[in-house]
Amino acid sequence: MTDYPTESLAAHPPYLFPDYVATRLRAPSRPLVIIPQTLTEIAGPVFGQAHVRPGDSDLTRQHAGTPLGERIMVRGRVLDENSRPVPDTLIEIWQANAAGRYVHVVDRHDAPLDPNFTGAGRAVTDSDGWYEFVTIRPGCYPVPGLNNVWRPAHIHMSLFGPSFLTRLVTQMYFPGDPLFPYDPIFMSVPDERARMRMVSSLDMAMTRSEWALCYRFDIVLRGREASLFEEPHHD
Amino acid sequence: MTDARPEAEVITPSQTVGPFFAYCLTPQDYGGDPLCDGMIADEGAPGTRIRIEGAVYDGNGDPVPDAMVEAWQADAEGRFAGRDAAPSNARFRGIGRCESRQDGSFRFETVKPGSVPGPDGTPQAPHINLNVFAKGLLRHLFTRIYFADEPANAADPILGLVDPDLRYTLIARPAPDAPGLYRFDIRLQGKDETVFFEA
Ligand SMILES: [Fe+2]
Repeated sequence: MTDYPTESLAAHPPYLFPDYVATRLRAPSRPLVIIPQTLTEIAGPVFGQAHVRPGDSDLTRQHAGTPLGERIMVRGRVLDENSRPVPDTLIEIWQANAAGRYVHVVDRHDAPLDPNFTGAGRAVTDSDGWYEFVTIRPGCYPVPGLNNVWRPAHIHMSLFGPSFLTRLVTQMYFPGDPLFPYDPIFMSVPDERARMRMVSSLDMAMTRSEWALCYRFDIVLRGREASLFEEPHHD
Repeated sequence: MTDARPEAEVITPSQTVGPFFAYCLTPQDYGGDPLCDGMIADEGAPGTRIRIEGAVYDGNGDPVPDAMVEAWQADAEGRFAGRDAAPSNARFRGIGRCESRQDGSFRFETVKPGSVPGPDGTPQAPHINLNVFAKGLLRHLFTRIYFADEPANAADPILGLVDPDLRYTLIARPAPDAPGLYRFDIRLQGKDETVFFEA
């Protein structure tokens, strides 16, 4: 019962990528054991509208005041590898504020917190796979303990998709960031086309005049082999 | 059709969850409302109640204090949440999520999963799928918890694919003095390294 082709997994980075120092003691040393896809892997948790409250997708309106920084929209579709939309799927995002500082207690970067910005949000895709967030463009930040290593600006994203096998945690980057070639996390993805999947694009058509730029970011999850389950259309 | 899929799109690659996910994904300490937590089955869900306690360790044997462990399992009758809307099982969530503590520890509370069909309909022994996320994991790691007191392990089609000398890394062991408590550690690398899967 191979429902989800495994070829697409080649897009992922390796576990061990020594330039990203933290992989050295955390990457497994033995190869993964390949197993068949059983019902446990084909099934998956169902998170939808019930798990999102109004306002969860607008990170600029979670406090009394307006956060500092450049307001942006992040909008796109969640699709599978066969270009089918993934409806009703939950997206969780988290990010640094405009100064490059996270709310997280472990973040000690010498940049100010913003009392009007937490940087966490949720959205659910609509019936055609579309989602939208309003947020602040995150700042870049240095990696603590390393000499002059900086992360390009990014938004962390976590998705479930329809199955245990479609689970994805990734990061969205901004077009043309000069830090890309210096970032071992971004560069850990070996294939250039796959790397560019993580880079959003400026969407002038959806940009709202005198209000906010829009960045388009489509997310492509693993998908079931089309010919295995698609019925002919009769309409 | 077993041919290559010329039209398949490149999927979005995985990136590390990083060290700063907690205020979004496990926000209890930040006053947030978690999507899910260590409670995979609420009190009253049918089945044998169990707890699973363990810790995540790195290649030096040091605890990993910033990992996230997600669990996914069938209910006591082998049904998955969301697939079978049986009202008798409204208290079963099926999904759990824990941030590791300073000592690497995590803890789930649930019911013992039932048997789920495997490849070609052969039954699988009771198991819980785990996904492990952490700084330094560019892609999450997938493993399974099996239970030491299950005779069905001997015929489990997935355990059968694992080197017999390494199967012990997938077995949760009952704690001697605490009924319903199992211990399951995750060792990312090195001595006693956990077996990880790809499907
Ligand atoms: Fe980050």
